Amino acid sequence: MPLVKGGHIVTDAFVRVADDAELPATGAILVSETRFLADPDALASRGKLGVIWPNNRDVDDLVPYLDRLALVALVFPSFRDGRAYTQARLLRERYGYRGELRATGQVLRDQFVFMLRAGFDAFDVKKQADAEAFTETVKRYSVFYQPAGDGRISALHQRLQLRHSESAGL
Amino acid sequence: MYAYDEIDRTLVNERVAEFRDQVKRRLSGELSEDEFKMLRLQNGVYLQLHAYMYRIAIPYGTLASNQLRRLAHVARRYDRGYGHFTTRQNIQFNWIKLAELPDAMADLAEVGIQSMQTSGNNMRNVTADQWAGVAPGEVEDPRIWAELLRQFTTLHPEFSFLPRKFKIAITASEHDRAAIKIHDIGLRLLKNEQGETGFEVLVGGGLGRSPFIAKTIKPFVHGHDILSYVEAILRVYNQYGRRDNIYKARIKILVHELGIEKFAAEVEEEWQQIREGVLKLDDGIVEDIRSRFFYPAYEALPHMPDELKQAAHDAKFEAWRKNSVFPHKQQGYAIVTVSLKPVGKPPGDATADQMDGLADIADKYSFGEIRVGHEQNLALPHVRKHDLPAVWKALEAIGLAIPNVNLVSDIIACPGLDYCSLANARSIPIAQEITRRFANHDTANLIGRLHINISGCINACGHHHVGHIGILGVEKNNEEFYQITIGGRADEGAVLGTLIGPAVPYAEVADVVEDIVEAYLALRAHPEELFVDTVKRLGVEPFRERVYATR
Repeated sequence: MPLVKGGHIVTDAFVRVADDAELPATGAILVSETRFLADPDALASRGKLGVIWPNNRDVDDLVPYLDRLALVALVFPSFRDGRAYTQARLLRERYGYRGELRATGQVLRDQFVFMLRAGFDAFDVKKQADAEAFTETVKRYSVFYQPAGDGRISALHQRLQLRHSESAGL
Repeated sequence: MYAYDEIDRTLVNERVAEFRDQVKRRLSGELSEDEFKMLRLQNGVYLQLHAYMYRIAIPYGTLASNQLRRLAHVARRYDRGYGHFTTRQNIQFNWIKLAELPDAMADLAEVGIQSMQTSGNNMRNVTADQWAGVAPGEVEDPRIWAELLRQFTTLHPEFSFLPRKFKIAITASEHDRAAIKIHDIGLRLLKNEQGETGFEVLVGGGLGRSPFIAKTIKPFVHGHDILSYVEAILRVYNQYGRRDNIYKARIKILVHELGIEKFAAEVEEEWQQIREGVLKLDDGIVEDIRSRFFYPAYEALPHMPDELKQAAHDAKFEAWRKNSVFPHKQQGYAIVTVSLKPVGKPPGDATADQMDGLADIADKYSFGEIRVGHEQNLALPHVRKHDLPAVWKALEAIGLAIPNVNLVSDIIACPGLDYCSLANARSIPIAQEITRRFANHDTANLIGRLHINISGCINACGHHHVGHIGILGVEKNNEEFYQITIGGRADEGAVLGTLIGPAVPYAEVADVVEDIVEAYLALRAHPEELFVDTVKRLGVEPFRERVYATR
């Protein structure tokens, strides 16, 4: 599956390590939440670390370790299951997580805008064609009604600014 | 009505462009039907028994005449010349072609109509009292808040893939015409002791196979906090609502399983984290939205004009006026409900010609405004009383002066097995037969206010649980049977109806309704006692006896 980051298809710097597999000697690794929570200190001290966090477990359990993680991968078992959007916003907006936030699972073109707005910055895209269309697709929308954690100005606040600048110009 | 600005127009146009691309990808095979299904649903496109069905939002039930004309155009150009108004301030077209849908959508976008989130597991069209802004005694116009909520809920980055659909309704009157107690979130606008606007927030109402009346989660949420409070509810639901079973996925089940106190505590905890954040409204934002609603400049007019006194000699006019004309907050004006329930026709349908005709009438007599109510009727919200006789004649000319508003033939019904792939039984022919049985206007008047609701399956789109008489189609050994409930209501005293006995076959439903009505006429304490009040006083037993004595 192609990985899109910063708008481009890139090589994944992280190696996914299964729960029963041996850790590679060096390099960035991505492990399951079970493996991570079994011994967070040892894993975090060996280099760049990423955790795959399931969508049915509160992110509260992950919060104490956030500053030691380079990557959090959230999961969309199906594109219909939207729990990871909430997890993403909480990690970004409430807990100030600034590392890579990766969408994994059934990640399709028509979710990109929602995902970006929820705070994802990396995408394990299911289809090559969707990955290639990333830059075009995220330009679909130029206005957004509601404020979210992506910093884009919402329509409500945009309107207020317009009013203020109009009255200032008088 | 709310006037779109450049931001609203841009967003709707971008949505049309996106959907055009999605349809193209589906037609080329790039998208599978499974992948496309979610995308089309989020744009109001269902695949029904015979064709695609297209559901369009009429936010808070307010339409401008040019918008109604454009709906007529869509009916004519892309469908079979008619549309169907639903119980949630939407209109549906039943025969639309997939390849033409983006064009229909673009035509509607030009006049500020869209179909975003009219289906799918997201936040649906925000509905409101169809008399908002004109009802006497209203606290304030709830549509300002409905519009704020519409914008908040549209393409929400966190809540577009919820466990299940999510419906919000809002009222600002003591008498609830928006059925807020059968919604996922119901908002009752009120003022606190300081005179500030806020809401009693109800949660967890809904019908379907596990019907629940909504419970109050918070007696007062300040208007400035309403978006953050709604977000807190949605966030708890998105995380903890069940996704393992479609029939247990609505928020009502979560509220029921956790209990309202526990659920309220979860929401409160979440809300405390976000209430001072970016969703906090201020008066400037609220006033900005309010300023883009249209309010007519009313004239000072007499309460009882001569035209009305003269017309009162016409028995036919009087019959119509008595059940179609309602008090307006402004002296000399009236609200006119336009029944879409002609005898022998599907409830809620209007032809393209009727839509055009009604748009003309609205331009001439109602400041170009039309309303859509959950009872599947339309309304002209600002009619000068001296114009009432002329409005009646004009409505009669297009077949819409039907004098049965709130009477037994003013039936709410879903499309049923004639159109819907979910249905177990037909709804429309049942409604048609009942209207024929009660076609005599004097009999219907004698019976008085009586709401019949019909659903063709347990999903309850016809809101049968809350009909004074509720009719639910079920399937038994490949035959259509119907369960009958009585005593339900959807208003401020919302209650679920009680089953009167075993289901009856298709051919007997109208007979059973007649039996129930006859029993009521014999049992009521006095002619003013409404059917629901008689049921409340006596319970279902005397009705059960009457219906099943000979069956």
